[in-house]
Amino acid sequence: MKKTAENEKVHPLDAKLSMAHFYVAIIALALGGFAGLLQTLVRSGRMELPAGITYYQLLTVHGVLLALVLTTFFIIGFQLSAVSKTIGPLSTPSRITGWIGFWTMTLGTVMAAVMVLLNEASVLYTFYAPLQAHPIFYGGLTLVIVGSWISGGALIAAYRKWKKNNRGQASPLLSFMAVVNTLLWIVATIGVAATVLFQILPWSLGWVDSINVLASRTLFWYFGHPLVYFWLLPAYMCWYVVIPKVICGKIFSDSLARMSFILFLLFSIPVGLHHQLLEPGIDPIWKFLQVILTFLVVVPSLMTAFSLFGSFEQYGRSQGAQGIFGWFKMLPWGDARFTVPFIGMAAFIPAGAGGLVNASNQLNQVVHNTIWVTGHFHLTLATSVILTFFGISYWLVPHLTGRTLTKKLNKLAIIQGVFWAIGMSFMSGAMHIAGLLGAPRRSSYSTYGDSTQALDWIPYQIAQAVGGTILFIGIILYIIIFIQVAFFAPKGNEEFPVGEVTDKAEKTPLIFENWKLWLGITAALILFAYTIPFIDILQNAPPGSKGFKLW
Amino acid sequence: MHMHKFEKVWLIFGTVALLVFLTVLGVSAFYLGNQPPSCLVTIDPEKVEVTAPFNAPGLYEVTGKDWDYELVFVASAFSYSPAKVEIPKGSTVKVIATSKDVIHGFEIAGTNVNMMLEPGFVSEYTTRFNNEGENLIICNEYCGVGHHMMSSRIEVVSK
Amino acid sequence: MAVPKLKNKSQTKETSNLKGTLASVLILGIILIIVWVSIYFIFVNRLG
Ligand code: HEM
Ligand SMILES: [Cu+2]
Ligand SMILES: [Cu+2]
Repeated sequence: MKKTAENEKVHPLDAKLSMAHFYVAIIALALGGFAGLLQTLVRSGRMELPAGITYYQLLTVHGVLLALVLTTFFIIGFQLSAVSKTIGPLSTPSRITGWIGFWTMTLGTVMAAVMVLLNEASVLYTFYAPLQAHPIFYGGLTLVIVGSWISGGALIAAYRKWKKNNRGQASPLLSFMAVVNTLLWIVATIGVAATVLFQILPWSLGWVDSINVLASRTLFWYFGHPLVYFWLLPAYMCWYVVIPKVICGKIFSDSLARMSFILFLLFSIPVGLHHQLLEPGIDPIWKFLQVILTFLVVVPSLMTAFSLFGSFEQYGRSQGAQGIFGWFKMLPWGDARFTVPFIGMAAFIPAGAGGLVNASNQLNQVVHNTIWVTGHFHLTLATSVILTFFGISYWLVPHLTGRTLTKKLNKLAIIQGVFWAIGMSFMSGAMHIAGLLGAPRRSSYSTYGDSTQALDWIPYQIAQAVGGTILFIGIILYIIIFIQVAFFAPKGNEEFPVGEVTDKAEKTPLIFENWKLWLGITAALILFAYTIPFIDILQNAPPGSKGFKLW
Repeated sequence: MHMHKFEKVWLIFGTVALLVFLTVLGVSAFYLGNQPPSCLVTIDPEKVEVTAPFNAPGLYEVTGKDWDYELVFVASAFSYSPAKVEIPKGSTVKVIATSKDVIHGFEIAGTNVNMMLEPGFVSEYTTRFNNEGENLIICNEYCGVGHHMMSSRIEVVSK
Repeated sequence: MAVPKLKNKSQTKETSNLKGTLASVLILGIILIIVWVSIYFIFVNRLG
């Protein structure tokens, strides 16, 4: 199948499926963002929540809606449209499968949300046992994951069909990347599915009395770290493939892009113990081994940084830029499709630096479970990833709805990005500093009995509230733009920008699509990093824990 | 696969930096003994109150060990026992702690003492108290509605 | 606005001139090192 006219636009039926995902995502953003604003206000000590709502119920809403619902729905919607655009419309069975996945995830979301609202599940989005929520909460989360598998199946089926019809050809880069991320997700979610289905659900239903807490946490974090790469890789898809087209440049290197994605698949999973560095019951040798693997997964991000700067510089020089940094000024700063994700890229510099600190087994003692960590992932997830998603939706949503991003909306979108940058600098900056002073994360306002140390944290908490307020304005602006491009903006053809490689580029090696090989290595690395520590955890397990409902 | 010369330079630079970090961490952990808390001792979480040393939380002077005191803590929703201790300045103390119910944190704010307390496990960390004054201990892992009230104090006093 | 390029540079050289990229990533690398070393010093300082 050669590129045909219908490939120029995402097929209308696929567009509908993607948009359905985006509607759920934006509702999650609106509600979750509002919860975030309230959290910063409560933590500043200047506000109390009405109607018996607790801080932790609110924080559960925020974490579940933003980290789990918004991300998963947006990513699946984006990846489905990317596949439909680059390898052609989904087949009818694939599309139906996609809808089944969507409704399964939506049903699961509603189930979990109802339990959280009834205060039956104030366990935060990581739901660590032995805090025990209502079984319907866990059931809902299970359906979200099962739904995502169904959608992933639709995506992989479309890819396989293309491969069968195009033997010996490398798949389009964007589809390749979507497939890698889907595989990463499926391998990673096995861990969380295992603990929920085999440990937590039977225990919350009362079928078994006790739970192995450490095993459950270890399975959770087997999933928890690749989860952050599942969020990040769609942003990298935009940075590698979309941004070069937006700036009228070329993809820096197709092969290197594929290589970095494969490295993420290999190395992002066997590293979950770096979230458990300060836990008893795990041998420090295995902790350190996973710290080493964690540092390996930095390498593909270093490659990404080079590629991005490289494609910017090449474009700038082709426009006649001079000097070492002359190309920087040539970039299309007036184009929200570029500028908003660019702010996200810039945020990834301090975010990455913080990540190296978190992963270093001793430095982790300085920052673990302090508000520094919250500051860190509001840079990675809530800025780098989310601003890139915003940047994607500024062209993707009008592309799917047959409208255009007008000049005025484009300007508003840039303002939105600037608000985010300013608000996040305040909030995340203050979180980082307060964290170094010892202020804990996931904690309501407290002076800990007027402790002098805790009183020192309060100015930073007020700075977080200032930042949070600015961020919330950013969310409102985004919602206004989204509603405009989804329903009201003038009709037209908004481009789905897909970058191309230079004509001189060498042919992409097919080895990157040797999935048996890559999945085999992935499995081998996981077994290497986890088998012995996990057997240790099971063999040396203390008596299990019964459930607690302490909220 | 072609890679630009500068990209190779960059990747070598980056990888070497990462290796240096790892070496520093590894030497510090395995040679100097600065391991993150990773105690492997287990305990029945329902019998904490009748299991030594947790049947009598508090500060104990010890002899013939690398540390001067053992400080035993029991955490439960939403408090630590003891709620306050005094420690002579300059002493080396081994903190030994566990949880009676859910997961808690144990953080002496502004220090390197930061560990998870999990039901069924004993957590330990040895440290020195060199500065006179009050140290705030807080729970930094969500444990329920009173989580932000959960704290204790270590008063470092001159001998 | 096409600025005529009088500073004659050959076309091939132009596409592979990545000095700015190298400078940028090295700045990035230095930021990573500074942050890591700073926190490492906090850790060592707190060892007492
Ligand atoms: C208006 C914008 C936002 C504000 C004001 C905000 C504020 C906050 C605050 C104050 C906390 C932590 C409080 C604590 O640990 O006690 C928090 C936690 C969190 N935020 Fe945000 N946030 C915003 C946007 C986002 C976005 C867009 C995402 C993700 C897409 C996000 C993801 C998270 C996550 C995962 C947590 C951790 C929850 C937990 O520890 O259980 N936030 N946020
Ligand atoms: Cu991680
Ligand atoms: Cu707590």
